[in-house]
Amino acid sequence: MIVAESKPLAEVFGFIENYKRVLVLGCGECVTVCQSGGEKEVAVLAQALRLKAKTDGKEIEFLENTIRRQCEPEFVDPVLQDISDVDAIVSIACGVGVNFLAGRLGNVPVFPGVNTTFMGATVEHGIWAERCAGCGDCVLHLTGGICPIARCSKTILNGPCGGTNEGMCEISTEDNPVECGWALVVERMKALGTMDKLSEIVPPKDWSTSRDGGPRRMVREDLIIKKESPEEAKA
Amino acid sequence: MKSGSNLEKVLDAGHFALTAELGPPNSASDEEVKHKMELLRGSADAFNITDCQTAVVRQSSISAAIMLKQGGMEPVMQMTTRDRNRIAIQADILGAAAFGIKNCLCIAGDHQSFSAAGRLNGHPGAKNVYDVDSIQLCAILKKMRDEGLQEGGDPIEEPPKLFIGAAWTPMGDPVDFRVARLAKKVAAGAQFIQTQGIYDVNQFAEVMKKVRNLGLHEKTAILAGVIVPKNAGMLRYMNASVAGVSVPAEMIKRFPRVKKDAPKEEKKAARLESQEIGKKISVELIEQVRDIEGVSGVHLQAIEWEKAVPGIVEAAGLLPRPQV
Repeated sequence: MIVAESKPLAEVFGFIENYKRVLVLGCGECVTVCQSGGEKEVAVLAQALRLKAKTDGKEIEFLENTIRRQCEPEFVDPVLQDISDVDAIVSIACGVGVNFLAGRLGNVPVFPGVNTTFMGATVEHGIWAERCAGCGDCVLHLTGGICPIARCSKTILNGPCGGTNEGMCEISTEDNPVECGWALVVERMKALGTMDKLSEIVPPKDWSTSRDGGPRRMVREDLIIKKESPEEAKA
Repeated sequence: MKSGSNLEKVLDAGHFALTAELGPPNSASDEEVKHKMELLRGSADAFNITDCQTAVVRQSSISAAIMLKQGGMEPVMQMTTRDRNRIAIQADILGAAAFGIKNCLCIAGDHQSFSAAGRLNGHPGAKNVYDVDSIQLCAILKKMRDEGLQEGGDPIEEPPKLFIGAAWTPMGDPVDFRVARLAKKVAAGAQFIQTQGIYDVNQFAEVMKKVRNLGLHEKTAILAGVIVPKNAGMLRYMNASVAGVSVPAEMIKRFPRVKKDAPKEEKKAARLESQEIGKKISVELIEQVRDIEGVSGVHLQAIEWEKAVPGIVEAAGLLPRPQV
């Protein structure tokens, strides 16, 4: 899932303090799972914003809603038809949702209520960790399913570096323990009986499929609904 | 003979090689490097210049390497992949080669979060690069030199002459993969290796057995790292915090202990005594690693204490350096 963390209340309030009617919009997918942007969090944030508005002497009306996903027209458009008198939106969906909403609206500002961080999984209840970096050219078959881009601080493909300390990455601190991704890879490949594969040199990565190549899109020609040209429509 | 560098010639001739380290300053002046050059002149076959070690901004390794070259000393340029992508790396290699710099140590480099250690602000928020890793970097240098091609395949008008080096942490975790990783560095083109600091010689000797079994010591020149200890605290710190470095307890016990509230004179005496013990230990380490089959030399690091190097080298019987 895409993991995100709530922005500080003061920061969010600062975005909307001069508006009059603000919609707090949540998302039912990833941010619900990591408990930053679902229905519950919408209620909590809206109430916190109301209290702060009161304390600061601002008259702001806060509306609340949560939709299934903020990244698809199917779920977003019905909501947007209903908000003619809203003058700002705080979206606590991930950054994708904020982008998408803002793109659909144009003349109503959309502010982010969370900091979107990474693509990750639930390690245990209350802990989520990064697992995929979206590099666009998956190499998980080389490393027993442990991503050297997402889980090595140096995105090393022929790891580990000399900084591994008792299975932990050199950047680890008490507050932020980080496992050495490559120590995990070596362990996994050992368990799979494929350690000799790690002796093959992996060449430099083509990062052009990653963020480095510029904003990405995926096109499926077979799924695109062809629009009628004006001539075809007349015929 | 690939580069004709002094270090390569010394190793090729079968001598026990010696490299030492010079740390560049946080300064826009050339004075400090020139001063350190004179402290070190003649005491090794080539001199490593660190490349923003621990991600702390210092005068670049290449600029100091040029100063050394122009001052009649042979540099070992260090290149991390943390701060440069493959384009900048290759440009820097060609530029360095144009100044006659031949030895290059290929390393990934400490993560930039290290730069904010202690009292430093550093640049922990910098974007890191790591476009390629140290092994891929060795292969890039090899391709430039032997095939006259850039990494992307375009031909280079005049290929650089390079003596390619890599670092190795023999006792790093996970320890059962470290020799295999050394083999990868050698396969990628590493002609000389400088290891992380060794204090537990027995442990290192055990690892070298595995290295010899694979014949790696014949394919690359392994220079054992000796980091000169200034005091017990430094050893304790390295033992606890530096990956792959383990210090035998007996070694730490050799240093004098001084109470926190001891008088200034006592503390000063202990400090000087510690320095002498540290130098003595370095000489012993050099002699011990020299006895291990497959070790082709020593890489001596006296961090911010370059003036200690000539004395240690002399006491270890390694002066004068061979003229090749």
